[in-house]
Amino acid sequence: MKFTEEHEWLRVEGDVVVVGITEHASEQLGDVVFIELPEAGTEVTKDEEVCVIESVKAASDVLAPLDGEIVEVNSPLVDEPGKVNDDPMEGAWFFKIKPSDLSQMDDYMDENAYKDFIG
Amino acid sequence: MGELKRTPLYDLHVELGAKMVGFAGYDMPVQYPLGVMKEHLHCRAAAGLFDVSHMGQVALRAESYEAAAKAFEALVPQDVMGLGVARQRYGFFTNDAGGIEDDLMFANRGDHLFVVVNAACKEADIARMVAALTPDVTVEEITDRALVALQGPAAETALARLNPSVADMAFMDFTEVELDGVACWVSRSGYTGEDGYEISIPEADAAGICRKLLEMEEVEGIGLGARDSLRLEGGLCLYGNDISTDTSPIEAALTWAIQKVRRADGDRAGGFPGADRIFGDLAEGVARKRVGLAPTGRAPMRAGTQLFAAAEGGEPIGEVTSGGFGPTYEGPVAMGYVGKAQAVVGTEIFGEVRGKRMPVTVAKMPLVPANFKR
Repeated sequence: MKFTEEHEWLRVEGDVVVVGITEHASEQLGDVVFIELPEAGTEVTKDEEVCVIESVKAASDVLAPLDGEIVEVNSPLVDEPGKVNDDPMEGAWFFKIKPSDLSQMDDYMDENAYKDFIG
Repeated sequence: MGELKRTPLYDLHVELGAKMVGFAGYDMPVQYPLGVMKEHLHCRAAAGLFDVSHMGQVALRAESYEAAAKAFEALVPQDVMGLGVARQRYGFFTNDAGGIEDDLMFANRGDHLFVVVNAACKEADIARMVAALTPDVTVEEITDRALVALQGPAAETALARLNPSVADMAFMDFTEVELDGVACWVSRSGYTGEDGYEISIPEADAAGICRKLLEMEEVEGIGLGARDSLRLEGGLCLYGNDISTDTSPIEAALTWAIQKVRRADGDRAGGFPGADRIFGDLAEGVARKRVGLAPTGRAPMRAGTQLFAAAEGGEPIGEVTSGGFGPTYEGPVAMGYVGKAQAVVGTEIFGEVRGKRMPVTVAKMPLVPANFKR
């Protein structure tokens, strides 16, 4: 699993990459009350805003960590945004992306580096 | 920015695991480990304890309550002289343009007037009172007392364990009560839409009394985060967001807080800053008004969201001044100013969120019904 400085996690599953936000990020956000997901089939470029997360405190974005196509989104999250707090690392994944260049994954941190990053 | 000040309850907040943030110059708990959502729901279901010691507590003394009250009426459009002994009332300082300089609570303490003002405004408020009222009235900021609020349907049960007499207090009563052997000033009021109390405690005793309350099963510490969502659901204004130097009390839908005796045809009409403008607004109506807003979708509409009459085109007809998620309402809630034509409950308008216009309905305030002890 890889981690971005934007506190997303990336897990390779066959030829797609599953993306969610880290436990640390979900704690910092507080109770999540609203999620807007992209549509499956959308072509995205790295660092483009693709999701909106609103917590009781504020709104924030999830950025596309890679160039590619969004092939699947976790639609049930929209009706159950609190799942991002309860199960951020597994059940509350946001979308699956089919990367056009998997080597972009190399830019990101491994788990130990991320742990150091969040201190 | 200077060093943040601490309230007498700072150590207790840290011990409870609060996340501390700077607010109006004070290091305050924004949330405890329970989190904003659960704190909010707990307060509406049982009881929540809030540290509001950052607010300003001020005693105004003259030869009598009446003399202090008469002087104070030069600064506010409320009936201060007619307030009964041991009673409290909501009010606000106005400016010459009829805007609001701060909102406040004031109480008749028998021989003097007691005023509680917002933390961010307190220096200016005290300067205003000193300039306008001295030497006939002495203005004393009380800096050696904490102020806490105990709010929620179980507040009475909890506080009555420390002194059963608090159960007999009516909404907006204000009296001195001994709690755990300490002389406290207690009012039956608050700012959450729930029944409850505000309690002024000598600073040395504050943490001890708060610990006693927090040990009770009904009571949890509640941070500023949930305080904001509670007051928003309760339709209560946050000074600086929903009311300001630019909003008249009539635009702000606070007409109810200007008693008849101070209005144009009252016995003590006017005599406060901006009376002409405020009487004009009352007589002729206003072009914009503060309303409750219930977004149709799930996306919160936060402060600053522009409001439009139609789904496409046109200039903004208003703006959201406070907005977020209402845990009790179970959806987004907001308030803001809209034009006269839209200020009718049930009107559908649109708020622009991330470039998209989303439907929002003008709603009766409060969005969550109040639960005061009348």
